Amino acid sequence: MCPQDKVEVELLDETACVSAGELCRLCSADFASLVEMVDWGLLEAEGKRPQEWRFSARALRRAQTALRLQADLGVNLAGAALIVELLDERGALARRLAQLEALLQE
Amino acid sequence: MEYKDYYKVLGVARTANADEIKRTYRKLARRYHPDVSKEPQAEEKFKEVQEAYEVLRDPEKRAAYDQLGAQWKAGEQFRPPPDWGKGYEFSFGGGGEDAEGFSDFFANLFGARTPFGRTGGAPFRRRGGDRHARIEIDLEDSYHGAERTIRLQNPEVTADGHVALREKEVRVTIPAGVAEGQQIRLRGQGESAAANGAAGDLYLEIGIRPHPLFQLEGRDVVVTLPVAPWEAALGASVEAPTLGGPVEMKIPSGARSGQRLRLKGRGLPGQPPGDEFVVLKLVLPPGESPRARALYEQMQRDLAFDPRAELKRQPGYRGASDATRKET
Repeated sequence: MCPQDKVEVELLDETACVSAGELCRLCSADFASLVEMVDWGLLEAEGKRPQEWRFSARALRRAQTALRLQADLGVNLAGAALIVELLDERGALARRLAQLEALLQE
Repeated sequence: MEYKDYYKVLGVARTANADEIKRTYRKLARRYHPDVSKEPQAEEKFKEVQEAYEVLRDPEKRAAYDQLGAQWKAGEQFRPPPDWGKGYEFSFGGGGEDAEGFSDFFANLFGARTPFGRTGGAPFRRRGGDRHARIEIDLEDSYHGAERTIRLQNPEVTADGHVALREKEVRVTIPAGVAEGQQIRLRGQGESAAANGAAGDLYLEIGIRPHPLFQLEGRDVVVTLPVAPWEAALGASVEAPTLGGPVEMKIPSGARSGQRLRLKGRGLPGQPPGDEFVVLKLVLPPGESPRARALYEQMQRDLAFDPRAELKRQPGYRGASDATRKET
């Protein structure tokens, strides 16, 4: 095994913001797919015209998940968008459930 | 390297036809997809299934794999025969493009997703693919920031021309204030690119382990603080735990059980930092001792208090017929 490398780390929190071009590059997606993702409500873009669009780190995560689901399971974008929506909802419910269970145990 | 029984991984017979293989793959892919599955080791299983399908769906790769013979057992030490691959030209496209993290066995037989593993007709990619992984940290790590060592596997060509997965360790600084579900990006730690392109990135999704005291709501933390009835009724200054250590906080007079009080900026660090919410939980002193009993009896006598007064005012308190009567 080679010695340890120290690598540059970037936190993608809610303050991280990327342009449409950067999001395409980060997801290895073309612009038309990005527009479709916005149309389906999978991604929320700030800015009116596509040239002005800015996306949050949440959008990046959702786009990457949707693209993986499309590539791995053969679902179309509408299906992938629905799955991502439900996954986010399931995650939020699981976190809420864990909180309530912790409160019950006290 | 260890032999992989791709038929066993998919759970199909060696005689299974292409349709059967596709159906089984789809079923298993849905079951183990790391974005969807809650199964333990879903990611490893998903990769195994993807790798098996990558070989068995492609008539050429399947035929070459079948030529190795059925006598091999999964996990058995294996070296490819000297005339391996003769007469076949494996082309990497479609699913293979996205098949990351395949085994040594696959990399040796069919090449890996490296410039070396590709043969004629493979699409040229300027930038290497991204990788995704999940990392679990403690809440304290998120509050203070932490260092973690991550082990990565990269395909590389050995001196004898084979492809082997080489392990390397990278030290990662987890920035303070990272919240559940957020990603951190490690530039250039993804897959190598074809030709002179840049390597892809590695994305680590953060999971935060449950904490015995604090629950997380985004960047905010929630803690339950037990208080005595007189502290709630009269107000008090009490010590409350925070991620940075205990602090003194004021309980206002007339506080209720379940009330949430905010300690601004005491959550996870960030711009702006999260808050801490203290949920009050009224705890009654035990009434067993004669002194405690006497005090409870005095309260019973002197306080005109009916804890169920509000309940009694609710429609339906006297039964279902009572509520119906009032409505009509």
